[in-house]
Amino acid sequence: MTPIKKLLQVTSSPHIHSTESISSAMRDVLLALVPALLVSLYFFRVPALLLVLSCVSSAYIAEYLCLKAMGKQTPVKEQSAVVTGLLLAFCLPPTLPLWMGALGSAFGIVIAKHLFGGLGYNIFNPALIGRCFLLASFPVAMTHWITPIDGVSSASPLGMLKESMEGSLPSVTQLLVGNVSGSLGETSAVAILIGGLYLWYRGHIDLRIPASFIGTVFVLTFIIAMVNGKGISCPLFHLFAGGLFLGAFFMATDWVTTPVTKLGRILFGIGCGSLVVLIRVKGGYPEGVAYSILLMNVVTPLLDRYTKARVFGREQRNG
Amino acid sequence: MRRATFRGGIHLPGYKELTSNSATVVLPVPDKLYIPLSQHIGAPCAPFVNVGERVKKGQKIGVGKGFVSAPVHSSVSGTVTDILIMEHPSGSFVPCIVVENDRQEEWAESVKSATDTEILSPEELRSIILNAGIVGMGGATFPTHVKYSPVEGRQVDTVILNGVECEPYLTSDHRLMLEKPEQIIAGLGYIMKAVNCRKGLIGIEDNKPDAVEKMQNAAKANPGISVVVLKEKYPQGSEKQLIYACTGRHVPVGGLPIAVGVIVNNVATAVAITDAVEHGIPLIERYVTVSGDGIVTPANYLVRIGTLFNDLILQSGGFTGETEKIIAGGPMMGKTVFTSHIPVVKGTSGILVMQKKTGKISAEYPCVRCAKCVDACPAFLEPTSLAKLARRRLWKETEDGDVMSCIECGSCAFICPSQIPLLQHIRRAKQAVLAARTLTSAAQ
Repeated sequence: MTPIKKLLQVTSSPHIHSTESISSAMRDVLLALVPALLVSLYFFRVPALLLVLSCVSSAYIAEYLCLKAMGKQTPVKEQSAVVTGLLLAFCLPPTLPLWMGALGSAFGIVIAKHLFGGLGYNIFNPALIGRCFLLASFPVAMTHWITPIDGVSSASPLGMLKESMEGSLPSVTQLLVGNVSGSLGETSAVAILIGGLYLWYRGHIDLRIPASFIGTVFVLTFIIAMVNGKGISCPLFHLFAGGLFLGAFFMATDWVTTPVTKLGRILFGIGCGSLVVLIRVKGGYPEGVAYSILLMNVVTPLLDRYTKARVFGREQRNG
Repeated sequence: MRRATFRGGIHLPGYKELTSNSATVVLPVPDKLYIPLSQHIGAPCAPFVNVGERVKKGQKIGVGKGFVSAPVHSSVSGTVTDILIMEHPSGSFVPCIVVENDRQEEWAESVKSATDTEILSPEELRSIILNAGIVGMGGATFPTHVKYSPVEGRQVDTVILNGVECEPYLTSDHRLMLEKPEQIIAGLGYIMKAVNCRKGLIGIEDNKPDAVEKMQNAAKANPGISVVVLKEKYPQGSEKQLIYACTGRHVPVGGLPIAVGVIVNNVATAVAITDAVEHGIPLIERYVTVSGDGIVTPANYLVRIGTLFNDLILQSGGFTGETEKIIAGGPMMGKTVFTSHIPVVKGTSGILVMQKKTGKISAEYPCVRCAKCVDACPAFLEPTSLAKLARRRLWKETEDGDVMSCIECGSCAFICPSQIPLLQHIRRAKQAVLAARTLTSAAQ
């Protein structure tokens, strides 16, 4: 045995740490997005691939330049910017000019993320800010949809619903698979669900948010359908068409911009769901997921403040 | 079956297989023992012997002043060669009595077996426990007799023995439950008698099915005692979390278990009580786990109090590679020590040797509000919010956020993907709040 001559290192507890880090968590998110990415590449082919590459590389470069300009640590050590770029690409029309995608991506990273303080400090989801910026700037390009595989111009399913083109609506099975026109990565509910459940299994997301979000949309559209004398297909359509699943599993569960308390998360999901239905049914847009989440991002600090858990042993009655 | 547990907490890698399957080794008694005069929470002891004096095994060599204190005894027979100031596993420096072992193992006159334990009154039991120097052996080292003293208007209805051992690496309590189940049950019986209570529970996690079986069999000796099998989770061995898991009761903020009619003791404490009541043997030895990736042969030992960490490490084959840390206790709540030239005390459940890590340590990132610490906190605090307030020195706000309810289990800091030292920030806030409270009460 070699006796220890020098003094040992003394630190305060705990002396072990989980193997998880920001980088590993971001890798998990990217992995969770792979099924939806594969489906979108299958249905929307080369344009989809180019748009994804354009958004991701733009986000990465913007992140690097911001870190550099602000005197923070470079190179980029974690992949949250890649996640932002990929998520933005997922909610864009596949035919969008590449420079627009790159611009939206850079806008999200620079304005919504780094001008608010960078990782951990942004109030709004950067990908959604990028999308809304593009929608406001380029309304025509942002609402030009194509059918999968053959790439013929077509209205989006929610657009058809809005314009009462009910005869040409796709079936629920088509919506589940993703074989419909729509944003690049949000058409396949099944692929997104697989990724979402993976994130839950890895302990990165709380199912309270997607469950309350999707549940609220279902309940409200169900009630509306009943009042209007329509069948079950209408609420199902609202669930699987458009960006609800992508939003509920990947945007409304974004760590930074959503509540940390359990009750807060449920209220956040209910708020998002209610706003989506309000926008889709009464608003001017066929889709409302992005705005609903951004609006709820604003009330996140309030939700956190008013839904604090009761500390163990405080004013509990003993049974 | 759905197993009882508490809310919050984390799942930890156990590393218990390193030592859980091998029988406890009786460590050869060293030539010199260094017995600290303070091995408990409360007033330190004054030496009861002089340098040069001969002492016997089990002889009282230090007596406490005040009610919250516990005497210390010589773990061997021999000669007192010195009384010196030495480093202690807690990090403080305390006076220690050095006894040179004469290898006669001659017992003190006070150590004699009881003829009939049935006739002992609660008061007599408490006095035996006090005189045997018994303290909480789970690590807190609170003098046990104080816990059993009647509190006006409070009746204990349940005594819980803590056999959870939720810290990674540690298996000394596990081995104790396998090797001395009858003594544990008997000890629990004496505790119940000392506090006039009929119900005894033993909480054991489901990662120790062999211990559950042993204890269930042994518990048949006393109809008031049953085993509660708990779902493995950290920090289930924390007093308030264990009480909740076993009884569903919430100990109020700032309150003691007695507030909900419960007393909790470690299984090792129960064995010490049995030794004291039945044989008159004071607390002079304990089970210690020696483990970690930096030790050649991890094992459990039966060790005399006052044995140096060094002796145990030598017995375990010494260090592998370059040692970074030695931890007294578990890796989540234990304390690192500067040197291995320190004695095993009544609260030393384990000695862990950690090797220098070759992989790079990830840098600290800003909080990304993932809320993993919020979900993990067994006290239902918001560790990240408290840490942010502490960074800005907003002590009053941390107090409003119930920072004093933190049990310092370390779950938040363990789980944080941003590697923020949350517990360090929270400890700092607790210190500041405590100081402010002391000042306020002094002013009144």
